[in-house]
Amino acid sequence: MVSIDGNMAKRKTIYTNFCLLIMALITFSSKGIYCKQAGIYIDPWKPVKRALITHAHADHSRPGMKSYLAHTDSLPVMRHRLGEVDIEGIAYKKTIDLNGVKVSFHPAGHAPGSAQIRLEYKGEIWVISGDYKLGKDGLSAPFEPVKCNHFVTESTFGLPIYKWKPQDEIMADINGWWAENNSMGFASVMLGYSFGKAQRILANLDPSIGEIFVHGAIHNTNLALEMAGYSFPENTYVNSEVDKSRYKGAMIIAPPSALGSPWIRQFKPYKVATASGWMALRGARRRRNVDKGFILSDHADFEELNTAVAETGAENIFVTHGYSTVYSKWLRTKGLNAKVVETEYEGELSEIGESVNKEKEGE
Amino acid sequence: MKDFASLITALDSTTKTNEKLAAVVAYLNSASDSDKLWCVALLTGKRPRRPVKTSFLRVWSAELAELPLWLLEESYFVVGDLAETVTLILPPPAAANEKSLTERMQELGTLRQLEEAEVREYIVNAWMEMNSDERFVFNKLITGGFRIGVSQKLMVRALATHLGEDENKLAHRLMGNWKASETNFYDLLVSSDGNENLSRPYPFYLAYPLEEAPENLGNASDWQIEYKWDGIRGQLIKREGEVYVWSRGEELVTDQFPELVELGRALPKDCVIDGEITAYKDDAPLPFTFLQKRLGRKKVGKAILKESPVKLIAYDLLELEGRDLRETPMEERSELLHKLVAETVSDRVLLSEPFEMSTWKEAAAKRDVSRENFAEGLMLKRKSSVYKVGRKRGDWWKWKVDPLSIDAVMIYAMRGHGRRANLYTDYTFAVWDGPDLVPFAKAYSGLTDKEINKIDHFVKKNTIERFGPVRSVKADLVFEIGFEGIAPSSRHKSGIALRFPRILRQREDKKPEEANTLQDLQAILEQFTSV
Ligand SMILES: [Zn+2]
Ligand SMILES: [Zn+2]
Repeated sequence: MVSIDGNMAKRKTIYTNFCLLIMALITFSSKGIYCKQAGIYIDPWKPVKRALITHAHADHSRPGMKSYLAHTDSLPVMRHRLGEVDIEGIAYKKTIDLNGVKVSFHPAGHAPGSAQIRLEYKGEIWVISGDYKLGKDGLSAPFEPVKCNHFVTESTFGLPIYKWKPQDEIMADINGWWAENNSMGFASVMLGYSFGKAQRILANLDPSIGEIFVHGAIHNTNLALEMAGYSFPENTYVNSEVDKSRYKGAMIIAPPSALGSPWIRQFKPYKVATASGWMALRGARRRRNVDKGFILSDHADFEELNTAVAETGAENIFVTHGYSTVYSKWLRTKGLNAKVVETEYEGELSEIGESVNKEKEGE
Repeated sequence: MKDFASLITALDSTTKTNEKLAAVVAYLNSASDSDKLWCVALLTGKRPRRPVKTSFLRVWSAELAELPLWLLEESYFVVGDLAETVTLILPPPAAANEKSLTERMQELGTLRQLEEAEVREYIVNAWMEMNSDERFVFNKLITGGFRIGVSQKLMVRALATHLGEDENKLAHRLMGNWKASETNFYDLLVSSDGNENLSRPYPFYLAYPLEEAPENLGNASDWQIEYKWDGIRGQLIKREGEVYVWSRGEELVTDQFPELVELGRALPKDCVIDGEITAYKDDAPLPFTFLQKRLGRKKVGKAILKESPVKLIAYDLLELEGRDLRETPMEERSELLHKLVAETVSDRVLLSEPFEMSTWKEAAAKRDVSRENFAEGLMLKRKSSVYKVGRKRGDWWKWKVDPLSIDAVMIYAMRGHGRRANLYTDYTFAVWDGPDLVPFAKAYSGLTDKEINKIDHFVKKNTIERFGPVRSVKADLVFEIGFEGIAPSSRHKSGIALRFPRILRQREDKKPEEANTLQDLQAILEQFTSV
């Protein structure tokens, strides 16, 4: 039972938050996360003049902006996806001044070039996390906590049912699965989002097992990343020149949309697997209709979210895409001011081809 | 229990029958006899009673994970399965264990006698020494929701491979009310001597629905053609003077049907009769709902016995004076059955009289008047056929009348389970009563995955209110609902209960206001229940 006093206190907090939103350095508008003083939007979903981009995933880095600012490593992938746009790069931890607002980018550990964006004005500090994870993936610069007063966090996997194992264990499973298929003469088709997940898997495969192939979309992203200085084990992109016999026992990395397409049939006989945080649930594994589901996510699990939130020392937490309602309620029970913020980011849903079924509550 | 948990994981991660079969055989080849017996019991649906209330499990697991209970409940909504939710939120194990499946099952069997604190201690200790596969199986067992299994057919094949024995013999041995805690692997499946269980029924031979023209079956005169009755398929067993009644769901229902015990006593010889248990009054069958009042009851009261007495409509004879007749042709079995029924002095038994038909045209005419005769179509049995095990094509067909149907509006949707935990798959339908929509049926089958995805999307976009896993939605979608029968019901708001309601198709061409009315339903009710 909540006492009447408790309710009043809650209402007061909500009211305070509301006032804070009006006067704060950052507001949440219908176009995106907005900083009026600096004249910029962060990861906007509608066309704006100046966009600061946390990372190159399609739901955070959208076309149509007059100009973009992102971490240097994001540039080749963004150019590859958005075409020739006005885009500028910035290194981690380098501070720039935008109309008195000090702005800097900090590693988010989510994908190559992914960043949390810090803004400081008159002693008020905000950090917008974008997407992040705390575990090291051997590819992107590892997450670094940044102290702030206001933290905008994702909550894609903000329920205690999501607990990731260390990447080493999952990659050992993936390599083991590949080796087993290889020994039985099957090709192994591994599905993963073509920027981020695909490279993370590629970078950690054991090339002694067999030959590695990638889908054309992944190949193009790889080329862009190689321009930014990343390197990968030797691989060939799937094209009509390749002798089909080479696919026997090989590993083929493909985007999720390949499942059920005619393209995938050329690898017969093959086994197919998906790597995603959603594979933690039995229902999702069965519904996905693959031979194997590996639980590998580029987002923080429940404990990582809790750790990240605590390490910022922030007193106000704004929870975006994911289980935002439940996760912010959980933070409030921990004594934090936490509030749901509606955005149009999709989290990892696009990875299992379910973004059309997305509910606002983030299922 | 680790091996068994791995077997469950293996079964759960494939849909291919061959792979499932290989996994079960591999387990049987390596497990101890007592573990094998438990494995067979659990995988064929012989679940022990739920040893602990699930509300305790929620509280204990949340405490152990240091989470508030509401967060566990929210997680449960997302996962859709309590055993899995608990498995996922528990902290990592602190120890390991080497307990066998048998040991665990025996321990679970004693939990009901323990005090709450002792049960808690046992469960918490067990959780903390299990890997996640084991926890999942354990949780499924203690929540009473262990439904992961294989078909009876697959289990029989696996056992036949493992033991090098005949499938029919094993299928028969697996029937009946044996308990893993009261028998052993050898006695149940291997021994050849007098350990046969007197109550053991035969596996039912099931008909396939006829989808093509009956003309493709050859001459009508080669077929035994009779009505398909709308009751409960059952076996009446009389052996050494003892009487047992089995339902097709492999349940011993002797106590629910005292009239049939009376009939069994009146039978002049030991025998096993296959037939339809039917509520029957004033020389006519009653709607199926009358039978439902019997099921799930321990004792059947006088009122029910008077209001809905039952008869057995006999159609096959499987055993006579200890002789298994299943390999005898249908025609001969029928003859023996007729003789037996003629010798029986009881009004509790009727014969399902075959029709003498020489053409399929005559048969079709009979089928057309099925409903008027309280049947749901025809059964076609090849006169030369033997009594097979399970659902087999070729010799037995059911040729049902087309279902009744009505256009209704969807007003509630509920989340599915397991594979479809995140989708809205179960719907409640309503018809118009003046300006109001009155719910009258729930249906979940009949749609393709693609159609379900589309409706799921509609539900999520058009939610009016949420009640846990159920949502009320905008009354907008119209569906044609098919059903096999209709009866009055005081338990339903609409005053009507449908038998086997299912979705025939979405009527995208119809607006909600064009759906049928309660008056339309009542008219169908009158047409088919006025005797
Ligand atoms: Zn992302
Ligand atoms: Zn995101």
